[in-house]
Amino acid sequence: MVVKLDKVDVVIVGTGWAGGVVSAELSKAGYKVVALERGKNVTRDDYIGVKDELRYTNRYEMMQNLAPETITSRNYIDEAALPVRTRKEMMAGTDLGGGSVHWAGATYRWKAYDFEIKSKTIERYGKAKIPNDMTIQDWGITYDEMEKYYDRWEKTAGISGEPDPLGDKRSSDYPNPPMKESPAIRLFKDATKKMGYHPYQVASGNLSQAYTNPDGEQINQCMFCSFCTQYGCDFGAKSDPLVTVIPTAMKTGNFEVRTGSYVKRVLYKGGKATGVLYVDNMTGIEYEQPADVVVLAAFTFTNNRLLLLSGIGRPYNPKTKKGVIGRNFNAQFNITFLGARGFFKDKKFNSYMGAGALGATLSDFAGDNFDHSKLDFINGGGIELRQYGSGAIATNHVPNGTPSWGPEFKKNSIYYTNRSYVAWYTMATMSYWHNFVDLDPTYTDSFNDPLLRITYKYTDQDKNMAKFGIEKCSEIMKEMGADIVDEDEVPQEFDHVYDGGHYAGGVIMGADPETSAVNNYLQMWDVDNLFVVGGSAFPQFAGHHPTATIGALGYRASEGIEKYLKNGGQLVKGKQESASV
Amino acid sequence: MADKPTDRNEKSGMSRRAFIKNTGLVAGGVVGGGLFGGLFTNQLQKKSPVTPHENTSGGLQDARVFINRAEDFDILSAATERLFPKDDLGPGAIELGIPYFIDKQLAGEWGMNSKEYMKGPFITNIQAAGTHNVKRDQDTQGPNAATQVPTPTPRYQSILNRSEVFTLGLRKINEVAQKDFGARFVDLDPEKQDEVLRMFEEGKVEMKGVGSSNFFSLLLQTTIEGAYADPVYGGNKDMMGWKMKEYPGPRASFLNDIEKEEFIKMDPVSLRNYQGH
Repeated sequence: MVVKLDKVDVVIVGTGWAGGVVSAELSKAGYKVVALERGKNVTRDDYIGVKDELRYTNRYEMMQNLAPETITSRNYIDEAALPVRTRKEMMAGTDLGGGSVHWAGATYRWKAYDFEIKSKTIERYGKAKIPNDMTIQDWGITYDEMEKYYDRWEKTAGISGEPDPLGDKRSSDYPNPPMKESPAIRLFKDATKKMGYHPYQVASGNLSQAYTNPDGEQINQCMFCSFCTQYGCDFGAKSDPLVTVIPTAMKTGNFEVRTGSYVKRVLYKGGKATGVLYVDNMTGIEYEQPADVVVLAAFTFTNNRLLLLSGIGRPYNPKTKKGVIGRNFNAQFNITFLGARGFFKDKKFNSYMGAGALGATLSDFAGDNFDHSKLDFINGGGIELRQYGSGAIATNHVPNGTPSWGPEFKKNSIYYTNRSYVAWYTMATMSYWHNFVDLDPTYTDSFNDPLLRITYKYTDQDKNMAKFGIEKCSEIMKEMGADIVDEDEVPQEFDHVYDGGHYAGGVIMGADPETSAVNNYLQMWDVDNLFVVGGSAFPQFAGHHPTATIGALGYRASEGIEKYLKNGGQLVKGKQESASV
Repeated sequence: MADKPTDRNEKSGMSRRAFIKNTGLVAGGVVGGGLFGGLFTNQLQKKSPVTPHENTSGGLQDARVFINRAEDFDILSAATERLFPKDDLGPGAIELGIPYFIDKQLAGEWGMNSKEYMKGPFITNIQAAGTHNVKRDQDTQGPNAATQVPTPTPRYQSILNRSEVFTLGLRKINEVAQKDFGARFVDLDPEKQDEVLRMFEEGKVEMKGVGSSNFFSLLLQTTIEGAYADPVYGGNKDMMGWKMKEYPGPRASFLNDIEKEEFIKMDPVSLRNYQGH
């Protein structure tokens, strides 16, 4: 029996940056908002004094329990997909605040080029530059239109940084100054300046000073303690929904969050979403939560899966290349973040200190900042040197040729613990007709609902770009004075490891309802009162970290939802663009 | 197999000769290099005293809570000591308490795969390829499409949980030692022990339900974890792993040091210190 609850204005699935921003904005505007979170309730207190590498980094304390539900994965459309069974291979954040609590903090705006990639590529290089299999598209919104939302989110989050010298126009500086420079960061900047590049400090969600955001939330100064990525902050010094948008929503009195609530379906009738069906994990009781507006703001996987399970929208069919839900799945996997590791025989760094977003970066080989006429790929990525603060278990880097165990391994792994750094290429990944998500025909969750199935393979574009990035990183490491420089190898195939959190698409934004699921307010073309917010909206993945763009889309969607609540209807008129491949 | 049963150290199950050659150590008891000579003649049967002090994980955790058979534990001790041997930099696996660390991990959530997806059907690569993929460099390997088994696949496709994999794997180590080298694993020379371990690493040993390289990968992973995880879990005894790496343990702040050029060496503190217990 399903218990039917009283109707609210807005029900939101997910409490990360996407759901958190929408919760704060709509409850501030006076609407009654309920947010549903599958994970447990946590507060800042949960993360005080628990600096335990084994528990958080190696045993994935903050990641989704896969026993009831995971994803399945394959490379090619004629294969059987197999479940990704362990949390070593499949990490998605859970609990209040979602994956936005364990994030590192690296903050980038995506480029004007990214939002209009298809038009700009054709404009500069001609149509032939885009391979037939590639399904990249413009977002239906420009950087200039997105700028104010980026600015809003950066201020909410208290981002600490300096502008990218090669970046697009900003309406204001970051609200806080950049993080301090460590010797390794100085070395990277000096070397790359000498090479004629334009290094700058990574903009950071670990705060350089104490800060009060426009909503009155206090965020503390980062201590560089190193327990950051895959951890909640010990000091409330990493910007996350728990210290910003969730308390902001709470203060309004219009907001209720229900943790341990696992949403099974979006309810849909007569062309409208009527609410959601969820189960309380503690009691097993099923509830129907009716609402005027339903917002899916969960992780990419869940946003896609709930639409497919609920039979909402037209599922993408790779054979006919028609349909939209599940189309253009895109992600940064093991071919991204490759580069070169330098070993310094006579130089020791305080590598055990650091912060998630402490680092230097450069955009000389990002987006379309460099000429691709003679290159066998489009787009690019940032080159970063990060000082996360190395954990004792994680830091066993040894020069190539060292055995992976035994006396020589022990000697080298200990010797180089504080003597090695990596520079990597945070490269973009383009979308293809053959990379998509749908429902698995075999494997099911604990309610016997089908798991989400990922089909993903690499292309020449991916491999060529990775090779290019590795070479650049290697040159930088040599210039930095490393005695040994080991270059990463380009993998031939996607390895089914989902460990970086950067998976996107499937419910993508666009201007044309034939090739996109949501309009530029994240409103579904097919269902006016259903908004799908988050990384699931990216039509392809840009060459920088995604969080700021998810935060900005949260503000954009909030504006759209308010418009809808006031006036109703479809907020954007769809355009017919040229047919896709 | 020259050693007589009487020649064995009852506690470790390791022959005296192999014991001295391999490690200078006995599982559960720690013997310093200086004691080596004395040990040879009369200290073998004695457990060196454990003197707990304020920052030690102490001796109270040194008991098996998952592995039933002492023999299995001795194989684990000898194998991890080869993966992470004692040398002039500092202690090896046994002295660091790594076998006890692993035993405790196998008894818990991780060993029981309680947060992993363990629903069938289990289509294992091992049926076709003899191994699950465990490392990125194996991604290009595997069966061809004709077998209808996808390649590559998500790695962990075994119906066994990790603790079961360990039990099978440890016994398999002994089987291989007996069959190929004519002696129990703990009695083999270190070089021969390495050969056995390498056979597992390369997936050359046939195991039921799981690839031998998968087992080896778990063994190596937990050995490293046991060397460097907080001592509260039973390994990294007295933070000796951290001392070797000059790792300071959990600290509140490096705010005043992050910009400094020179390397700063700190005596490590543990989670117990940090939480103020």
